[in-house]
Amino acid sequence: MRHIISVLLENEAGALSRVAGLFSARGYNIESLTVAPTDDPSLSRMTIVTSGSDEIVEQITKQLNKLIDVIKLLDMTAYPHIEREMALVKVRVPEAADREEAKRLADIFRGRIIDVTHDTYVVEITGEGSKLDAFLEALQPFPVLEVVRSGVMGIARGDVSLQI
Amino acid sequence: MSETASSSTAITGAEIFCRSLQAEGVEVVFGYPGGAVLHIYDALYRQDKVSHVLVRHEQGAVHAAEGYAKSSDKPGVALVTSGPGATNAITGIADAYMDSVPLVVFTGQVPTSLIGNDAFQEVDTVGITRPCVKHNFLVKDVKDLATTIKKAFYVATTGRPGPVVVDIPKDVTADSCEFEYPESIHMRSYNPVSKGHTGQIRKAVELILSAKQPMIYTGGGVILGKGSEALTEFTRKLGYPITNTLMGLGGYPASDKQYLGMLGMHGTYEANMAMHHADVLIAIGARFDDRVTGNIEKFCPHAKIVHVDVDPSSISKNVKVDVPIVGEVEPVLRELIKGLDENGGKPDAEALATWWKQIEEWQAQDCLKYDQNSELIKPQYVVQKFWELTQGEAFVTSDVGQHQMWAAQFYRFDKPNRWINSGGLGTMGVGLPFAMGVQFAHPDATVGCITGEASIQMCIQELSTCFQYQLPLKILNLNNRYLGMVRQWQEFFYQGRYAMSYMDALPDFVKLAEAYGHVGIQVTQPGDVEGAIKEALAQKERLVFLDFITDQSENVYPMIPAGAGQNEMILV
Ligand SMILES: Cc1cc2nc3c(=O)[nH]c(=O)nc-3n(C[C@H](O)[C@H](O)[C@H](O)COP(=O)(O)OP(=O)(O)OC[C@H]3O[C@@H](n4cnc5c(N)ncnc54)[C@H](O)[C@@H]3O)c2cc1C
Ligand SMILES: Cc1ncc(C[n+]2csc(CCOP(=O)(O)OP(=O)(O)O)c2C)c(N)n1
Ligand SMILES: [Mg+2]
Repeated sequence: MRHIISVLLENEAGALSRVAGLFSARGYNIESLTVAPTDDPSLSRMTIVTSGSDEIVEQITKQLNKLIDVIKLLDMTAYPHIEREMALVKVRVPEAADREEAKRLADIFRGRIIDVTHDTYVVEITGEGSKLDAFLEALQPFPVLEVVRSGVMGIARGDVSLQI
Repeated sequence: MSETASSSTAITGAEIFCRSLQAEGVEVVFGYPGGAVLHIYDALYRQDKVSHVLVRHEQGAVHAAEGYAKSSDKPGVALVTSGPGATNAITGIADAYMDSVPLVVFTGQVPTSLIGNDAFQEVDTVGITRPCVKHNFLVKDVKDLATTIKKAFYVATTGRPGPVVVDIPKDVTADSCEFEYPESIHMRSYNPVSKGHTGQIRKAVELILSAKQPMIYTGGGVILGKGSEALTEFTRKLGYPITNTLMGLGGYPASDKQYLGMLGMHGTYEANMAMHHADVLIAIGARFDDRVTGNIEKFCPHAKIVHVDVDPSSISKNVKVDVPIVGEVEPVLRELIKGLDENGGKPDAEALATWWKQIEEWQAQDCLKYDQNSELIKPQYVVQKFWELTQGEAFVTSDVGQHQMWAAQFYRFDKPNRWINSGGLGTMGVGLPFAMGVQFAHPDATVGCITGEASIQMCIQELSTCFQYQLPLKILNLNNRYLGMVRQWQEFFYQGRYAMSYMDALPDFVKLAEAYGHVGIQVTQPGDVEGAIKEALAQKERLVFLDFITDQSENVYPMIPAGAGQNEMILV
C-alpha cells in the first residue's frame, strides 16, 4: 500500500543522505521525497511517499525514528490529509491556435502561464498527483519540452499536526 | 565542574580533544598516528591522564576498543588518521555496529579548506561510515568540538549502544577557543526509552503466568544492559527453562540447572526443541537473528511471544510478537518481577513438571558428546580443559569459525562480559585485538583467545603490540589446517568439494610467536593438552601461543541446516 510519511528532522548537513541511505540500504521503495527548511530554520520537513506491506512500513517508520537526526514523524496515511504536488511544464506552441488551446487547457486545470516566448509557454500547475497526470495527458497533442515535478507534500487536516 | 573540564583561556582543538576525553573519564585510547592527527598526538604526548596504545593496524585499534568496551562498563575509544587510517578502521566499526558495542572512533580529516578537493589522504569518512554507525559527526568549527565529543559519548553509550564516529579536520585541531565541557546534554531528536509501558508489563505478566510450556530466550541486550542479576532473579522465581544466544552467553549462569545451553544453528538440541514446542516465549534483549530462528516459517509455531528490547526496530522485525515492551532490560525485568509479585499468581506447577520431564528427555540426547578416545586432539577437549583449568573465570575471546562455536559450547560462562566475540558481522581476525582490549580493561585477569589458524593470521601483526605492552594473553590456536567452518559446509552441502578451504603453507606458529618475543608451544598429543594449558597459565607475565594440532575432520554439532526449522537438527 502507498504511504505518505512526513518527517521533522534537524536541518543539518548530511541529514538528507541519512534518510536516502536508509531507504537504499534496506531496499525500501521510494516514490518521491521532498525536503526544505521550515519556518524554524533549525528544522527541515520532509515528505516521503513510499509503498510496502504493513510490516515493511512499520519497519520504515521505526528505522526513520531511529535516525538520530529525526525528531518526529507522522504517517499521514492514517489520517485525513491533503496532498499537493507542483509541476512546471514547458510546451512548444508556435501557432496562434496552439497558444489558444494550451491557454484553455491550463485554465481548465487551474494552471497558470508563467513564462511566454514567441513559441513556448511555461505552465505552473498544482494539485494531487493524479490531476497533474491528467493535465500532462491533456497536453499530449503539443510537443512538451520539459516537465518538472516537485514531488508530493502533505499535511494532515484539522487538529492533527506534526510539530515539536 | 572539575578544573580540567573548562578553560577560560583559549586552548587548541587538540587540547580540547584531550581535556574532553579526560572529562569523560577515558583511560585508554587505541590508535595509530598520521598527518591529519599529528596535533592531537602532540597534545596527547603532553598530558598523562589518557594513555594511548599503539596498535599495528587500525583494524586492530577498533577491535581492541571493542574488546575493552565489551568486557567492561565503559565505551571503547579509538583514534586513527584520515584516508587509509579511516578505511582500515571500517571493519571494526561495522563489527561494533552489528553487535551494538559502545564505541567512539575519532578520525582525522584533511583541513576544512581542502575537503572535497581529493586532497592528500582524503576520504569522505562520514559518507563511508554512515551505513555502519549509530551516528557520525564532522566537526567544522573548533567551537563545536567539545559539545560534539559529549554528544558522541552520550549517543554511543545510551539506548541501544553502538559506534559513533567523530571526523575532525586538521585545522580544527589547531584552532583555539575557550573550553567548557558540557556536564550534561539534551538532544531533542534522541530520547531513548528506559522503562517499560505499565499496561504492557501487566499483559506480559499475565501471559507469562498462563504458560504451560514456557521458554526464556535472552541475548546480548542482557549483557549490554547489565541485566544479568535481574534476569537470574526473574528466571529462578519462575522456574522456567532459559537459553542464551551466542551474544548473550554469561547473561545467565551456564552452570545453573534451569539453563539449557545456547540456541540456534549450533545450539543445543534441548534449547532448540524447547523453543519449538514452547507455548509462551519470553524474549529479552535478543533480536531474532536468522542464525537463531532458522526458517522463520517454522519458528516457534505454537508460541505467544513477549519481547523486551530497547530498540523498537528490533521488535516484530523478523517475527511478529504479541506483547512488545520497549525499554531497557534491567528496569523492565525489575518491573516484571514486581508485576509477578503484585499479580500473586503462580506458575502452573503441574504443567511445568511435565514440561521439565520432556526437556530432560531431550537433554538425555547428550547432543554435545564427542569422541573421548581419539588419538587426535579433539578441539572440544581443548576448550573443555581450558574451562576446567581456569575454573570458568577467564575472559575468553574468539575469532570466527568452528573454534568459535566450540568455545561457545564448551566454555561455560557463569558471568556476563566474559565472552567476547563477533556475532553479527562474524569478523575473522577479531580474537587477538579483542583480547588486547580485554587485558587493558582487566590487567590482572586471565584472558584467553580461542582462535583458528586462519582467523589468527588476519590480525597477527598485533602480536607486536602485545609485546610492546607486555600483555600476557593465552592464545589457544585450534589448528585444523582448514577454514574449518567453510570445509564443514562443503562437506555437508557441496558433496565434499573443498574449494579453497585448505590452508596450505601455514607458518610455524611457535617460531612466529617467538619472533614477536613471546612463548610458543606446539601440542600434537591429546595427553599433552592439559600440561600445556597449565604451563601457559603458569607463565603469568608472558604471552603464550599454544598451537594445538587438532582433528581436521571434526565438525560442529548439532546443526540446523539453512532453511530448516529448530526441530530439524543434524545430530552427531
Ligand atoms: C559462525 C557463526 C555462527 C553463529 N551461530 C549462532 C548460533 O548457533 N546461535 C546464536 O544464537 N547465534 C549464532 N551466531 C550469532 C548470530 O549471527 C547473531 O549475532 C546473534 O544470534 C545475535 O544475538 P542477539 O539476538 O543476542 O542480539 P545482539 O546482536 O546481541 O543484539 C542485542 C539486542 O538487544 C537489544 N538491546 C541492547 N541493549 C539493550 C538494553 N539495555 N535493554 C534492552 N535491549 C537491549 C538490542 O536492541 C538488540 O535487539 C553465529 C555467528 C557466527 C559468526
Ligand atoms: C573476514 C572474514 N572473511 C571470511 C569469512 C568467512 N569464514 C567464516 S569461518 C571461516 C574459516 C575460519 O577458519 P579458522 O579461523 O581456521 O577457523 P576454523 O573454522 O577452522 O575453526 C571463513 C573463511 C569471515 N567470517 N570473515
Ligand atoms: Mg581452521
